Amino acid sequence: MSSYRLKVREEMYRRIHAHGAETYPHECCGALLGRDGEGGREVVDLMPLANQRNDSPRNRFEITPEDFRLAEKTAREKKLELIGWYHSHPDHPARPSEFDREHAWPWYSYIIVSVQKGEAKDTTSWRLHDDRAAYFPEEIETVG
Amino acid sequence: MAVKVMIPTPLRAYAGKQESVEVQAATVGEALSALTAQHSDLKKHLFSDEGKLRSFVNVYVNDEDIRYLQKDQTAVKAGDTISIVPSIAGGANRARI
Repeated sequence: MSSYRLKVREEMYRRIHAHGAETYPHECCGALLGRDGEGGREVVDLMPLANQRNDSPRNRFEITPEDFRLAEKTAREKKLELIGWYHSHPDHPARPSEFDREHAWPWYSYIIVSVQKGEAKDTTSWRLHDDRAAYFPEEIETVG
Repeated sequence: MAVKVMIPTPLRAYAGKQESVEVQAATVGEALSALTAQHSDLKKHLFSDEGKLRSFVNVYVNDEDIRYLQKDQTAVKAGDTISIVPSIAGGANRARI
């Protein structure tokens, strides 16, 4: 039973949905900036990023190491932490795929939004198991 | 040669919560082997079952990507910094045109 919870500020939730709708039918992606401590993990800001998979943007996304470093730098400047990533699944469920799992990093929160015919629907969050075999679901609590 | 390996945030829990680990090595490959020998739980996140560096794991020696150098045979000298920098990738399973 997963005990992971992720607080997401309402405005960020809306922005993730808007980004997914804007890039439909392509996958959107971006960084989750926030805090992770005794009070739990909370997304307080986002950094939308360019999907570098120009060869297959309808079902793949990639954030380059250069953009990763930029996200880290942005988080530091805002006195926040880089706590995870979001991406969309156009016309596909908001569940991590095998491809997601193979490429995931532990510790990060991975928010996935299902965008059905241009409209953002289900939104879920996940954390990779230590053994990489599966994900823990992370309960999203919208705040503020 | 003593070199510092910078550990990205998502892997620090498997490296004793350290931001960096110092190892003795003459090449990047030796450094990563020494790192995973010290902290074995890192291995599965850095390497595939076939022992190859995972495609989304990028390794730099003093800000130069080893893909453009000699890859795991890239020589390191005392005081060099090896950085492990993630790419973030994923996507829905279903093939799309």
